Amino acid sequence: MTAEPGPLLDATDIAKSYGAVVALRSASLAVRPGEVHALMGANGAGKSTLVKILTGSVRPDRGRITIRGRERTVHSPSEARRNGLVSVFQEPSLIPDLDIRANLRLTRTPLDGFRHWANELGLPRLDLSSPARALPLASLRVIDLARALAIEPDVLMLDEMTAALPANLTERVLEVIGRQKGGDRCIVFISHRLIEIAAVCDRATVLREGATVGVVDVTQGSDERIVELMLGQAVESLAATTGAASTAASADVPARIEARALSQGTKLADASFRLETGEVLGVVALEGQGQDELFDILAGAVRPTGGELLVDGRAVAFGHPADAIRAGLVYVAADRAEALLMQRSVRENIALPYTARLRAWGLIDLRRERERIDRAVKTLQIDARAGNEVRRLSGGNQQKVTIARWVAGGVRTLLCFDPTRGIDIRTKSQIYQLLRELAAAGASVLLYTSELKEVQLVCDRAIVIFGGRVVAELNAVDADEPALLRAAYNLRAGAQIPEAVAAKAVEAATSQAASDEPGAPR
Amino acid sequence: MTAAATTIDAPARPVDAIVAAIRRNGWAIALIAFLALLLVFTKLIQPRYGVAGVQALAISALPLALAAVAQSICVIGGGIDLSIGSMMALTSCVAAVLMKDKPEEFGIVVVLGILLLGLLLGAINGGVVVATRVPDIVVTLAMSFVWAGFALLVLASPGGGSAKWLRDIILGPFLNEWIPKAAIVLLVTIGVVWIPLRRSRLGLSIYALGSNRLAAFRSGVGVGRTKIAAYAITGLFAALAGLGLTASTGIGTPTQGPYTLTSVAAIVLGGVSLAGGRGGVLGPVVAVLILQLLRSDMTFLNVDTNLAIVAQGVILIGVVMFGSLLQWRRGRA
Repeated sequence: MTAEPGPLLDATDIAKSYGAVVALRSASLAVRPGEVHALMGANGAGKSTLVKILTGSVRPDRGRITIRGRERTVHSPSEARRNGLVSVFQEPSLIPDLDIRANLRLTRTPLDGFRHWANELGLPRLDLSSPARALPLASLRVIDLARALAIEPDVLMLDEMTAALPANLTERVLEVIGRQKGGDRCIVFISHRLIEIAAVCDRATVLREGATVGVVDVTQGSDERIVELMLGQAVESLAATTGAASTAASADVPARIEARALSQGTKLADASFRLETGEVLGVVALEGQGQDELFDILAGAVRPTGGELLVDGRAVAFGHPADAIRAGLVYVAADRAEALLMQRSVRENIALPYTARLRAWGLIDLRRERERIDRAVKTLQIDARAGNEVRRLSGGNQQKVTIARWVAGGVRTLLCFDPTRGIDIRTKSQIYQLLRELAAAGASVLLYTSELKEVQLVCDRAIVIFGGRVVAELNAVDADEPALLRAAYNLRAGAQIPEAVAAKAVEAATSQAASDEPGAPR
Repeated sequence: MTAAATTIDAPARPVDAIVAAIRRNGWAIALIAFLALLLVFTKLIQPRYGVAGVQALAISALPLALAAVAQSICVIGGGIDLSIGSMMALTSCVAAVLMKDKPEEFGIVVVLGILLLGLLLGAINGGVVVATRVPDIVVTLAMSFVWAGFALLVLASPGGGSAKWLRDIILGPFLNEWIPKAAIVLLVTIGVVWIPLRRSRLGLSIYALGSNRLAAFRSGVGVGRTKIAAYAITGLFAALAGLGLTASTGIGTPTQGPYTLTSVAAIVLGGVSLAGGRGGVLGPVVAVLILQLLRSDMTFLNVDTNLAIVAQGVILIGVVMFGSLLQWRRGRA
């Protein structure tokens, strides 16, 4: 598998099981010096497990790891680091209660190198004395990366590095990664976004169901080959699912949700829109433009400071998420940990809101509950082999559980906040299919997504939020990626995106987010 | 309660540094203000309160303050130690037995030995937690019975003695009649152990461990080692508290006082998060003074002793709730 220069990192026949669940059967990965190497695979294929093994967070049951030709066993992240292996994980690994400087001291990161890389990555004026807890997620990811780069590891592993980043930061990150090519070191890059793979990677190793199924040279047109390998027999692409729904609802029929000039603190200024019955309405925004606040208001987690919210034509004021659920508004979060009881079973997780709602007192009708749950599990094709504890499921299956719980209860309005973040292409298309089916059955869906390409695939219409206001409304036909991006940066149609201006807007929004939430109590 | 991170390098301008320090220690400063008010109040209800009162306060607060520091360290590290009271009893009894009718110089050896014993007891607590993976609260509760049993084996009834110099270290005033020696001893011990610890990598690791175990592990912190070290230092401070008991009473008492639970109350009042990772030791020490002073005030006011205990509980909840309320409001503003 390897060519002339001996591999820098060579992992062969790695296996790992968690009880009955096999995470890795036989995974191999060989990376040459000077290369940016993609590690690909559908969700649950074992990418994250492999990275955790290589960085010593998890011990493999079997397998051999060599670095520069010498065999190594890594027992802990600090040992991996001494061997030149450093990883940036999916979730930030900064200590929330320590400030950035203390976090750097903890990992013995050279400060000058860190500053240099933070600068390169688009965080020039980072306040090192602010606690990690107070920074927005995107900044934390970039800090994580800058910290790893400053250590100058032989092998740098980036696990879904770009998943939570706004477009401008993603670009900076990819550019910096691209510049690492050709040296003595190498980067292992994990992402679901094929465009990013094509942009920066030299070769790609593809995992399927815990085993390496191929190594592909990344060239023009290698995308299809990669997808084919990832999916195995079931080759399917994201088919456009928009059912040309007639959304021209007459004005006298009340909308399912109507927001009139909703505002919340400094983040949401004037959000007005209508969500009609039976439609999927996309919400597009750069990071921190007020979309979080909007969804919090609709889900009843936060009270608006101004404006009006009408559900089915009646004004409502939610004091608690239970009020929103009673009004038929349910929330699907990007962060699965926010929604699930990780240590409980799939069944309990699905049944939770349903039983809580219908049977406040008295006994749970177990037989009826089981019927409903079985139907939901089947509808969503949840792989529930590891169903005793939800935390053992893959990310995609966890997300399906969060949706299944509302489907089981009979949903009317679904508020989906980036439900496909970090989820593989097959699960993604299943989720989109499901949203279309729910809409066809008369439900309404409000869908915030960070993947602009997919707006056209699943939405009937899309609204764009910028600086806390709804600045544009597009029909699906017009909502292609350039149009959405232009609207998201609040530019006139046809204008170029001035990178500096856009970066400033994002920065202003993120720094505001930082000052808005000083270490909230747990 | 924002007192969280250790900022070592001073910010650019000195004014910023002062502002940052005040913000970091906001809760402790508020507690000191509260303590000052309480002293004024004490003076009002008991005009004769003066030098003697301050001396008594310092001596009675010393063991409890050291116990609170002990508790702070393991709670910041994400654990909790319910065996502090029995470790105090055990170390105090061993010290009293060894020092009884022995030459003064021998006392120095005993004191050093007791400090080592404290480190050892704490390391055993931590080691059992790490090795068995039984929750901290269960292990230390069980260990509290073990250490209490040993204390009774060492000394069946109150007795033993204390070297005279040890008593002299904490009894009486220092330079000025208003400055109790006990307060100096407290400040010096904390200064010698806590401040270097907090600035060291170990201290950082303890905060990291309590704040987010997984992130700490990924940052290369030896999770098990750090936990054992945190408990060992807790044991060290428990031993210091035990020595304080022996020194202030002149004997060893094999039954544990109310120190364990009061130390938990003091750290909560002192701004240490029971979830770990936040707080320092200044707040808990001030909280101990407040709790002790409240108790004497109740006596001055002729409140029924039983009612006084009820009142202490209510005040504890009230103050902590007030603090959370402030923080919550600031978070929303």
